[in-house]
Amino acid sequence: MSHVEWQGQAKFTIDGKEVVGYKGETILEVARREGINIPTLCYHEALEPYAVCRLCLVEVTVGKRTRLVTSCIYEVAPGIEVKTSTERVTRNRKAVLELLLARAPDAPVIRKLAAEYGIEKSRYPLIKNDNCILCGLCVRACREIVGADAIGFIDRGTERRVGPPIERQSERCIGCGTCVYICPTAAISLKDVSKSMPGVHKHPYDYEAPECSICGEMNLESESKAGER
Amino acid sequence: MIKSLADLEKAASEGARNIHPPYLKVMVGAATCGIASGANEVIAAAEESIKLIGNGAVVTRTGCIGMCYEEPLLDILKPGWPRLTYSHVKPEQVAGILEAVKDGKVIKEGLLGKIEEIEDITRNTRNTRYRFPLEKVPQEVAEAEHLFKLPFTDKQQHLAMRNCGIIDPESIEEYIARGGYFGLYEVLTEMEPDEVIDMVDKAGLRGRGGGGFGTGRKWRYCKQTEGYRYVICNADEGDPGAYMDRSLLESDPHSVIEGMLIGAYALESQQGYVYVRAEYPLAMQRLQKAIDDAYAHGLLGEVIFGTEFSFNLRIVKGGGAFVCGESTALMASIEGKPGEPRAKYVHTVEKGLWNQPTVLNNVETWANVPLIINKGADWFASIGTEGSKGTKIFSLVGNVERAGLVEVPMGITLKEIIYDIGGGIPGGKRFKAIQTGGPSGGCIPESLLDLEVDFDTLWEAGSMMGSGGMIVMDEETCMVDVAKFFIEFLKDESCGKCVSCREGLSQMHEILRRITEGEGQESDLDLLEELGKVMQDSSLCALGSSAPNPVLSTLRFFRDEYLAHIREKRCPAAVCTALIHYEINENCTGCTLCAKNCPVHAIAGKVKKLHVIDQDKCIKCGVCQDVCKFDAVTRNTRNTRNTHSSEKPS
Repeated sequence: MSHVEWQGQAKFTIDGKEVVGYKGETILEVARREGINIPTLCYHEALEPYAVCRLCLVEVTVGKRTRLVTSCIYEVAPGIEVKTSTERVTRNRKAVLELLLARAPDAPVIRKLAAEYGIEKSRYPLIKNDNCILCGLCVRACREIVGADAIGFIDRGTERRVGPPIERQSERCIGCGTCVYICPTAAISLKDVSKSMPGVHKHPYDYEAPECSICGEMNLESESKAGER
Repeated sequence: MIKSLADLEKAASEGARNIHPPYLKVMVGAATCGIASGANEVIAAAEESIKLIGNGAVVTRTGCIGMCYEEPLLDILKPGWPRLTYSHVKPEQVAGILEAVKDGKVIKEGLLGKIEEIEDITRNTRNTRYRFPLEKVPQEVAEAEHLFKLPFTDKQQHLAMRNCGIIDPESIEEYIARGGYFGLYEVLTEMEPDEVIDMVDKAGLRGRGGGGFGTGRKWRYCKQTEGYRYVICNADEGDPGAYMDRSLLESDPHSVIEGMLIGAYALESQQGYVYVRAEYPLAMQRLQKAIDDAYAHGLLGEVIFGTEFSFNLRIVKGGGAFVCGESTALMASIEGKPGEPRAKYVHTVEKGLWNQPTVLNNVETWANVPLIINKGADWFASIGTEGSKGTKIFSLVGNVERAGLVEVPMGITLKEIIYDIGGGIPGGKRFKAIQTGGPSGGCIPESLLDLEVDFDTLWEAGSMMGSGGMIVMDEETCMVDVAKFFIEFLKDESCGKCVSCREGLSQMHEILRRITEGEGQESDLDLLEELGKVMQDSSLCALGSSAPNPVLSTLRFFRDEYLAHIREKRCPAAVCTALIHYEINENCTGCTLCAKNCPVHAIAGKVKKLHVIDQDKCIKCGVCQDVCKFDAVTRNTRNTRNTHSSEKPS
């Protein structure tokens, strides 16, 4: 709340290593540049950070106060001490992975991360076998990169899910496949998108595959034929 | 238009004449609590009868004085008499009461008490009281109890509720007559903005919405950031059983507007919003009327009191999401975005609404501000405890004799609130727990009833002040079921954005369901505790980080109840349907009433012969027990079927 004003470079430490960050940079950005691994599921360098997967938690000490923060949105400042793998950090990451494993047990990325943290099987019951972990990468990519805003979040709490507005086929979807590409758990598949567009962004009319409005090359129809071969 | 002190005083004397008119005035408590108990019908009856009295006699509406358990309330203000209050008034009684009053007599039936003097909270007066001029008072009135000396009211101190049940909430003049807008005048004409902040800081006012952050400190932090500053009033009160903010807006909306005006001047802000939940139509209607009146009188808008200060205020109607009570979600909602919290390491006082520095305070906090100006910071700081100054309104509900709104000085004990004010537990039952702080608060057991209530003591007891809900629970409450209820509420109300809160609440609910259905294991308790701590540590917003409180506090204080469900497959309070069964005992006269009413035809028996419940068919709805006139149906804490099945060799 009472930030010390500073300009230019900030010297601080991550796991004891002296590093330099710039105004507006987050801990995660500096750590990645320095080759320090912090796991993430909802982060993508091309998108606004969203801070929902809770895996990038790290401990930060400012003065006498140490707390757990989300490194993808915490902006660096001179003199802060960052620790990326304390007991508290690991405990929370493990717990989050265990929760995710009970939601998306078939997603390779979740299984791999969980295994890295020594979790083979979740102690929690499987509530919903859904590969979608609601990381929001597809929604944000569609909004921020494609500019189509064809998909968003529906409902709240445990009913939250991804889909086109009011769950009607969205005419704004250009079939670019960005959401498919960016999804970390393969919850949206290219096959779904290309055949009849039944995935998260259906079209109300017979789909004539256009060129991708961004790269001008990708053609979904030929892609799908290629997939069928 | 009110442009000067003289204008204000003129409005005040007009208001004073309306509060205590030289003719008979009948006043009915018509906040939502009163209307729900039939206030509108009482008003209609009073308006009918008043025609016969004539001589200028009027019927007016007032807000809620806090005695919700006595509603509908009807007050008689007759010149020369103290104010008389009748309780549980039925429309058909009204004519009789008024006819007697007309003849200078008093009907004693239903007469709850009288008010001979009320606290005068006008500017620069110190603890003086307004006395009703008395003459020719009938004997029945002289003998009547003092309304503010009843067990329910004696220990209360109405500061934020100073005008509730006293004035007509739709009359700006009556608010002014009670010292309203004089504080604003003083602030605008005699004080520098920073002096106002110092004063609020010195008074020790802390945020009444739950966080308990120092209001003066919050304002100062905001002031340090340059930008187009906003002030917001959080009236998105959504805790089950809590309605103090609604009542304040319905009973005294101008106190909130004046508080915001004073705050806006201190912060040099020109625009404010009141975020009211959609489920509060009456509060919104009265607040809108108050805002319109304030504009019409020049107290909102441009060049207020002829100074350079201008301020605009408008209501934003919430969309029905509990999570919008959280500051960042609330601001997102005002901006027209989905009401979801965002993680914040830059506080909203620096980057809030539309990324501008923003002060968000709760309804009750704002309502306290004019009082601090009127009576002084030292006066305010003399009330309450070392760390928590002033009073707090609690909505005291649940298994308590007298339910209503209770405004008490900080530091009063829970025991005083529940027993002295609330009158204890009805039906001679035992107290079990009090749940404070809304759904993410905690349950406090009997052993802690001597706790002196303030922000810090409640935190230490594993609960919180929250916005001030207090739900009293008796021995027939199952604490595991209570925890499940609140977790289910939060599961539905979580925005679902972050993994810890969304998946954590899902799993917590599932584990609690298991336990209440007799399928729990002892390891579940460790899992609940572990999960709770992770949610506290790693959730994105305060909803998630406080969500495990109901589970963690019941595990801390009522672990034996959890263990009974797990080890013995028994619900000690006989609440969890999977773990209870109904039986018919020898009191049965064979009247067949239970069999006729059973929705699944699970009861067999001949006329005048003992009836028997088929446990396999029974759905445990309890209708048989409700209809039995001979106390022959008992609810037992052990599910015999479950016990048998668990005894089978595996």
